[in-house]
Amino acid sequence: MSAPAYTVRTGTRASRLFGWGLLALLVALVAAPLWADRGMIQDLFFILTMLVLAQFWNLLAGYGGLISIGQQAFVGLGAYAMFGAVIVWGVNPVPAILLGGVAAVLLAIPTAFFAFRLVGAYFAIGTWVIADMARLIVSQWQVVGGGTGTSLPREARADMWGVETIAALFDMRAAAARDVLAYWLALALAIATVAGIYALLRSRQGLALAAVRDNVEAAGAVGVDAKRMRWSIFLVAAFGTGICGALIFLQNARIAPDAAFSVVDWMAYVIFIVVIGGIGRIEGPIVGVLVFFVLQSTLSQFGAWYLMALGLLAITVMLIAPRGLWGVISDRTGLQLFPIQRRLYGGRIAKETP
Amino acid sequence: MIWVDTILQGVLLGGLYALFAAGLSLVFGIMRLVNLAHGDLIVLAAYLILGVTTLLGLHPFLAVFLAVPLMFGIGYALQLGVLNRVLGDDILPPLLVTFGLSIVLQNVLLETASADSRRLPAGETAVEALNLGPVTVGLLPFLTFASAIAVIAALQYLFYRTAMGRAFRAVSDDPVTASLMGIRPASVFALATGIAMVVVTIAALYLGMRATFDPAIGPSRLIYAFEAVIIGGLGSLWGTLAGGVVIGVAQTVGAAINPEWQILAGHVAFLVVLLIRPRGLFPRAVD
Repeated sequence: MSAPAYTVRTGTRASRLFGWGLLALLVALVAAPLWADRGMIQDLFFILTMLVLAQFWNLLAGYGGLISIGQQAFVGLGAYAMFGAVIVWGVNPVPAILLGGVAAVLLAIPTAFFAFRLVGAYFAIGTWVIADMARLIVSQWQVVGGGTGTSLPREARADMWGVETIAALFDMRAAAARDVLAYWLALALAIATVAGIYALLRSRQGLALAAVRDNVEAAGAVGVDAKRMRWSIFLVAAFGTGICGALIFLQNARIAPDAAFSVVDWMAYVIFIVVIGGIGRIEGPIVGVLVFFVLQSTLSQFGAWYLMALGLLAITVMLIAPRGLWGVISDRTGLQLFPIQRRLYGGRIAKETP
Repeated sequence: MIWVDTILQGVLLGGLYALFAAGLSLVFGIMRLVNLAHGDLIVLAAYLILGVTTLLGLHPFLAVFLAVPLMFGIGYALQLGVLNRVLGDDILPPLLVTFGLSIVLQNVLLETASADSRRLPAGETAVEALNLGPVTVGLLPFLTFASAIAVIAALQYLFYRTAMGRAFRAVSDDPVTASLMGIRPASVFALATGIAMVVVTIAALYLGMRATFDPAIGPSRLIYAFEAVIIGGLGSLWGTLAGGVVIGVAQTVGAAINPEWQILAGHVAFLVVLLIRPRGLFPRAVD
């Protein structure tokens, strides 16, 4: 009897090929200021930030079973904390983005405390209530403009870290250089988000998370602390969402409560992206955000009809292909770009049994 | 004396919120479905009543009799055609589908009825007042509250005293066994949503006569309704009325202190109840 010679792998040939392709794509994206004009940089920024929001919502809803409709609270509070730190304390806007993430976590703790008392669908509306409270309270914060909002101070915009260097490097004006800075930060955030979530899902914690999602009681029976898993991913998602919110409004340079806490912009779009792309998969939000961007750039001139069509598309997908576009592709072809399944290779397990 | 008046106004406002919430409570009680488009359906019903009022020149109180069967049909068809297909152990599909529906409804209304604020022409009813000894209350708030009590009493009767109510409770407890007894869960669910839409139409009648409405106000009505249901305790219809009153009183007292605190005070009351009694004031169902 020799020791079993099997190995456990998660990678597939397709995923390794995809990995090289992804690397090439990332190099091209980092170099985007060399080949893209300012409008394209702004489009890429939009795609990347929506991707980050969608990935975190997918982590909550698709993996954690926590269907929150209150993530706009963290977008808005993250953005407002960044503005507050810049305006009140004179912090440079770039490091202030991190404070946005911290503020979001500080809000997420009491939110989780209350919302985790509610189960399922009621959790969803509970988070919505808290997001609405956050909006109402922030609307009364006069230093950052109260209900009408405010702009990022001129000095803060001029002194933003790295803007001068970028302007000199690409020989562009300060406004364009700020867009490049925000774009690079968004790219870094998106890479960190996707890589971080992928690493989490491949780890023991990821396995525990999937177990909690599929069956809480069974997961508990094998020693998974479901409550702790939920708390930690809720806080992680809040942190990432808060940072993303701060970044979005750093690029925007103007903030108002209704925009920062918008249910349509930060929740409806995000949910549609995840549902259309495929919930519960890392590839889903990526496919979803690309579909969303194409729809947005071709149909957004139709205003309300566009949003209506988007809603109908999401309902249709949920009814006929609940696992989204990527689910259909993956089921047909077995393709996984970010495989998390553990597969057994080699060994003689089957032959040994009489 | 001002405080007594404020609290009384709050109680009466609570009647409106209980009307918003009763339909939500009914649907949740029977099929564990939370309809995120509930608020937008209230707004849709308000526009329907407005349409009938304008087209036929009827008073809203008469127009509602035409809007009720329409809304019942919409609810029945919605449940049969769409929502029945997403019911199940997984709560994600119904939530996402009704959220999508909410966005669709808002934007259909925005395109067809514009973003302008509208109001149902209530004529004299809107300004008349009742003199109740030391305090005076508006006729409309009083009628709202009376209707809330009537609606909840009717639902209570329907639920616990009729064959239809028995079918509702049976499919709520165990759809498979109920279907062995000759009940078709799909039709029962459709009927329940239809009845919920009748309640929604009554809520819309008072919403539209008491204040202005526009296509975007649905989600906040959903939130008030939801808070009333949770405060009252899941599955308890009279609890829903109590929950509505708690939200109504909190909002009017908050608004009396600072007009900007109205909505916030309602939310705070909700969180306080959730903190002290996580299962609401009168819990019944174990969910």
